[in-house]
Amino acid sequence: MDPEKIRVDFPILGRKVHNKPLVYFDNAATTQKPQVVIDALVNYYTGLNSNVHRGVHYLSQQATVAFEEVREKIQHFVNARFSHEIIYTRGCTESINLVAASWGRANIGQGDEILISGMEHHSNIVPWQMLCEEKGAALKVCPLHPDGSLDMQAYADMLGEKTRMVAITHISNTLGTVNPVKEITRMAHEKGITVLIDGAQALSHMKVDVQDIGCDFYAFSAHKVYGPMGIGGLYGREEVLNAMPPYQGGGEMIKNVTFEKTLYNELPFKFEAGTPNVGDVIGFGAAIDYISGIGLDQIGAWEHELLAYATEKLSADPLVRIIGTAPGKASLISFLINGIHPYDAGTIIDHMGIAVRTGTHCTQPLMDSLGISGTIRASFAFYNTKQEIDRLMEAIDKVKEFFL
Amino acid sequence: MKIEETTSAIVSEFENFDDWMDKYNYLIELGKSLPLIDEKYKVEANLIQGCQSRVWLHAEFDGNLIHFTADSDAVITKGIANLLIRSFSGQTPQDILDSSTDFLNDIGLTEHLSPTRSNGMLSMIKQIKMYALAFKTKASMGN
Repeated sequence: MDPEKIRVDFPILGRKVHNKPLVYFDNAATTQKPQVVIDALVNYYTGLNSNVHRGVHYLSQQATVAFEEVREKIQHFVNARFSHEIIYTRGCTESINLVAASWGRANIGQGDEILISGMEHHSNIVPWQMLCEEKGAALKVCPLHPDGSLDMQAYADMLGEKTRMVAITHISNTLGTVNPVKEITRMAHEKGITVLIDGAQALSHMKVDVQDIGCDFYAFSAHKVYGPMGIGGLYGREEVLNAMPPYQGGGEMIKNVTFEKTLYNELPFKFEAGTPNVGDVIGFGAAIDYISGIGLDQIGAWEHELLAYATEKLSADPLVRIIGTAPGKASLISFLINGIHPYDAGTIIDHMGIAVRTGTHCTQPLMDSLGISGTIRASFAFYNTKQEIDRLMEAIDKVKEFFL
Repeated sequence: MKIEETTSAIVSEFENFDDWMDKYNYLIELGKSLPLIDEKYKVEANLIQGCQSRVWLHAEFDGNLIHFTADSDAVITKGIANLLIRSFSGQTPQDILDSSTDFLNDIGLTEHLSPTRSNGMLSMIKQIKMYALAFKTKASMGN
C-alpha cells in the first residue's frame, strides 16, 4: 500500500499547522475524513435531505432507502446475522449507555456483579457505575499484567456466580492492547454471563466479526472509522435485543400509541427514538465503502509496519519509556519522555506541527494504577508515513532541549 | 508595585521575544524558578479544578495583603502560575478584584496555549479572585 496515494484522499492532511505540514497522530481520538465521506454529507444535504420512514413523498423514500442500506452495510462489515441487529446510536458511548440502561435495568439486581477490566476508558466504566449505584450491584475490575495485557487467570477467577455482565474493550485506547475477546466471551458464556465488547478502537484496524467473537453486544463509533462524528452503532444479538425494554420513548420506536398503552415497534426501531441522524449515517456508509475498497488486511499490515518502526525508534531513545508493551498491540504507542509532564511535551510537539494526544486519554483509573499522571500518545492510521514518525522523533529531541 | 505596573512589565518582557520558542523557553525558566508551595499545602483542597495538569494554589491573608504560593506538576503551567503570583501576590483583596487580566492576551499566551491549558489559566485567575472576595468579606466582618 502506498500511503502517499492514500493521503490525497484526505484534504485535511494537506494543511499546515504552526507553519509546518500537519502530522496527524491522534487517530485514536478521531480519524480524518476522506473526500468521499465529506462529499456524501454534502450530497445528502444538497439533494436528499428528508425525514426517514414516515414520509410517502419521493425524497423521504429515497432517504429511507439510503439510510437502511447503510444498516445492511454495517451488518456485513461486522458480520452480524441480521441488519436489525444493528442499532444506530450517537456513538460508542451512547451504545454502552443504551445497554447499561435498558439491559441493565431489566437484568441487574441487588448484589449482582459487573466485570470490567483495568484498561477501560471512562465510557465503559461510568455507565456501569451508574447502574451499580442504582441497583445496589458491584463493579469488579479485572487486573492487568505489567505489560498491559489482561490477566486472563484473574479474569477466569473473577467470573463468579454473581457476575451478570462482562464489559471489556476490544483494543485499549491507551495501551494498544488487543484483548482476546473471543476467549473472553467464550469463558463468560460458559457461565451464562452476558458480554459487551467496546469496539471503539477496533473497527478501523482489523476485521471485526461479531458472530465469530460470539459476544452479545458490540459497540462502535463512526468517527473512529473515517466517518462522521455523532453517529455510531450497537450490535446486539437478536434474542438479547428482543428481550430488552425500550431505552427512550418517542418517534420511530412506537408502533401504536393510545393514552392507555403504547405498543413498541420491532427491532431495530424499538431502540431508535426520535428523528435519526440520517446525513451522518450516509456518511458512515461512505466511510465503510472507502475502507472496504482499500481492504482492512492492507490497512492492518501498513499500520503494523508503522507501529514496528515507531516502536523501534522510540525504544532506541534511552529517555523514552513506552507504556504498554503487550504482544500483538494495535497501532498506537503511549510513552513518556524522562519524567517530562505529558502536557509540557505535547505543547512543544504541537508547535512542531504534530498532533498527539496527551493526558489520561479518559482512562484515569488506569493512569492511577500505573502511578502516572498521563502519557503522550501517538496513534497511527493507514495514511501516516514513516517520515512522519521521523518528524515525531525530531520533536521529541526538541522537547528534551526545552525541558532537560 | 501596583498590579498594572507588574502586568505592563510582563507584557514588555514578552515583547522581547519574536517567536513562540523563545516565549516558551522564558515560561519554562519562570516555571523552574517558581517558589515551591509548602508540601503541607499540596492537598486536594488547594487543587484547582479545570486544569488537566495539576495546580495547587495556596493563599494567606495578613489582614491587609494576600500572599499566594503555587505549584504544578507541569513546568509550563508553573510558568503561568509564576506570572499570576508575581502580579497578584502581596496585593489587597480590593486591588485584586479591581484588576484586569487582559495582559495575558497581550503577551499572546492565550493564543498559543491549548484550550485546556487556557481554561486552566482562567481557573487559576478565577480562584485568585475568589480568594480576594473571601478575604475581603472576612475583613469587612472584622474577623
